[in-house]
Amino acid sequence: MSLPSEPVLAPAAEVAGSGPSRPAEGRGPWRTAVRRLRRNRSAMVSLAVLLAVAALTLLAPAYAGWLGIDPFRSNLAGTTVIDGQSVPVMEPSTTGLGLGVTPIGPTWDLGGYLLGADNQGRDVAARLLYGGRNSLLIAGSATALCLVLATLVGLVAGYMGGIVDMVLSRILDVLWAFPVYLLAISLSIVLLTSAFTIGPVTITAGSLLLPIGIIGVIYVPYVARPIRARVLTLRQSEFVLAAIGLGLPTGRILRKDVLPNLLPTLIVFVPILLALAITTESALSYLSIGVQPPDASWGTIIQDGQTLLYSRPWVALAPGLAIVVTVLALNVLGDAVRDALDARGHGR
Amino acid sequence: MLATIAARLGQMAFVMFGISVLVFLIFFATPGSDPAARIAGRNASPETVEQIRHDFGFDRALPVQYAVMMKRLFVTRDLTSFVNRGQKVIPEVLDAIPATLSLVGGAAVLWVLGSLAVGVAAAALRDTVVDRGLMILTLIGISAPVFWLGEVMNLLSQSRYHDTWLFSWVPGLGYVPLSESVGGWFKALVIPWITLAVLYIGIYGRVLRANLIEAYSEDYIRTARAKGLSPARIMLRHALRTSLLPFVTMFGLDFGALVGGAALLTEVVFGLNGVGRLTFHALQNLDLPVILATVIYASFFVVAANAVVDMLYAVIDPRVRA
Repeated sequence: MSLPSEPVLAPAAEVAGSGPSRPAEGRGPWRTAVRRLRRNRSAMVSLAVLLAVAALTLLAPAYAGWLGIDPFRSNLAGTTVIDGQSVPVMEPSTTGLGLGVTPIGPTWDLGGYLLGADNQGRDVAARLLYGGRNSLLIAGSATALCLVLATLVGLVAGYMGGIVDMVLSRILDVLWAFPVYLLAISLSIVLLTSAFTIGPVTITAGSLLLPIGIIGVIYVPYVARPIRARVLTLRQSEFVLAAIGLGLPTGRILRKDVLPNLLPTLIVFVPILLALAITTESALSYLSIGVQPPDASWGTIIQDGQTLLYSRPWVALAPGLAIVVTVLALNVLGDAVRDALDARGHGR
Repeated sequence: MLATIAARLGQMAFVMFGISVLVFLIFFATPGSDPAARIAGRNASPETVEQIRHDFGFDRALPVQYAVMMKRLFVTRDLTSFVNRGQKVIPEVLDAIPATLSLVGGAAVLWVLGSLAVGVAAAALRDTVVDRGLMILTLIGISAPVFWLGEVMNLLSQSRYHDTWLFSWVPGLGYVPLSESVGGWFKALVIPWITLAVLYIGIYGRVLRANLIEAYSEDYIRTARAKGLSPARIMLRHALRTSLLPFVTMFGLDFGALVGGAALLTEVVFGLNGVGRLTFHALQNLDLPVILATVIYASFFVVAANAVVDMLYAVIDPRVRA
């Protein structure tokens, strides 16, 4: 996967030359970046799409409550109302030998089942919304975790240098060379089979913390390497050398001088990591080593839909479309954020 | 040159060692669980667990355990599955390699050709409708999860449109060995090849377009223009040649990663019994020895592939040799 080049905040004056002729005085690099982003129409559309997806998933309980259903309980004997008539959710099969049952397909009736039912008779539309919450929650938390870990590693390795840097960099080399899916599979198979305890916290095998932790950790080397490189440059920059010369405490230098200058690098990674995390979560869940039942995510719903693929394709199609739309919006936004923060990318 | 290669080989050996230690720690030294019970699988008898504990040296020090594991993986190669009683694991992995290589190799041909076409077309018709359309399509291709795309392809080619002229030739899911029937092998793999290639056509096409556009702002292109060369010749002989260098690195990394496990999802969706599907089934049965073997063999393959690419690079690009 291609990762972005290191972004460098453009001085306002340099940018003003290529934009419309407005005076650049008093406009900081951040305001410039935000202005560029706001002028980018596809970025704004993507942002709106993302906010809409997030809002919809937050409305999941409202939707389920309105219909009076529990999308996490098996509903094989349930009924719903279509055209004023009560019909079973699991219809007798009309194909083959006529044995067994098929869940009902999509219906526009107000009784729910907008996308039909899955093979447990549960409302797929409601599960899609609840699953989206988990997918987004996992992606967001994993991204945050990954950025925090990568910043820590990058800061320590880049700023301390010497033997610490050497050891950390070699460890990152190893992790970087380890194919991400194989690493995720190894971690999942071991962690998902048994509950385990870290200090006072016991994490059960079905906990959402496991996919969050696994996805957060596997992408650390991809982010930590560029951060370390940036810290190395900053460490040699005049203002940091001046701060060291003044005898300021290291903690203060890191907090006040180094960290703020890492922010552009970190921000550029946010949409990319979110997109990667959503895709990885769905893949792990599809392989049944991500989110565990009864919890749902877009990945698990695609897996649920696999056995129904030829009879009720919407069970698998809908969550896949949700992933495509969300990840597409994140990718577009990611490109725009990188262009907005990166002086070199400007004018392309 | 020789020193570069030696250094790269040394680094490769170090990374392989690191990965094997990491895998060992993940599988056998995670706190709070018994590795012997894990290897034995579900519902194993206490005697079996005790036997495994002794065989793998779990009652001894960690370095000894590590040595035993590596010996069984690479020297004696007698690691056996306990879920499928007595099944030797290493030959099973080796048997699965042709299917994976067929899948990834064919897809690689498709994605190199496809992304060349997309990248060159988009760069040549820069800022036109064609360029915008191609860029949107590639972005959608990058955003779609490959296993879902596979399901959509299956839905179309195996069910909804299977009886039309378009897909009536598509055989049922599964792999046909090349040695059995060349035509069957090809037919069985066409749809999986396309599915797997979509993502990479997207990524490579976009990268190539950006590289080409950057190349067009360089002096040597201006010189070529001034010499009166035709636009096609400038694109293909001058701009494309320099733009392809980063391509080589990307290709090596992605090809290695796909053979080493990233093709797993495609194999599962299309029922191709390659290394990935073997891993998947082992995951379902909690067959730890198989997962251990596939993870180690596959990641070693990836590391070796990366080293080969770097060394090739030293041959192609004189700037790296210094």
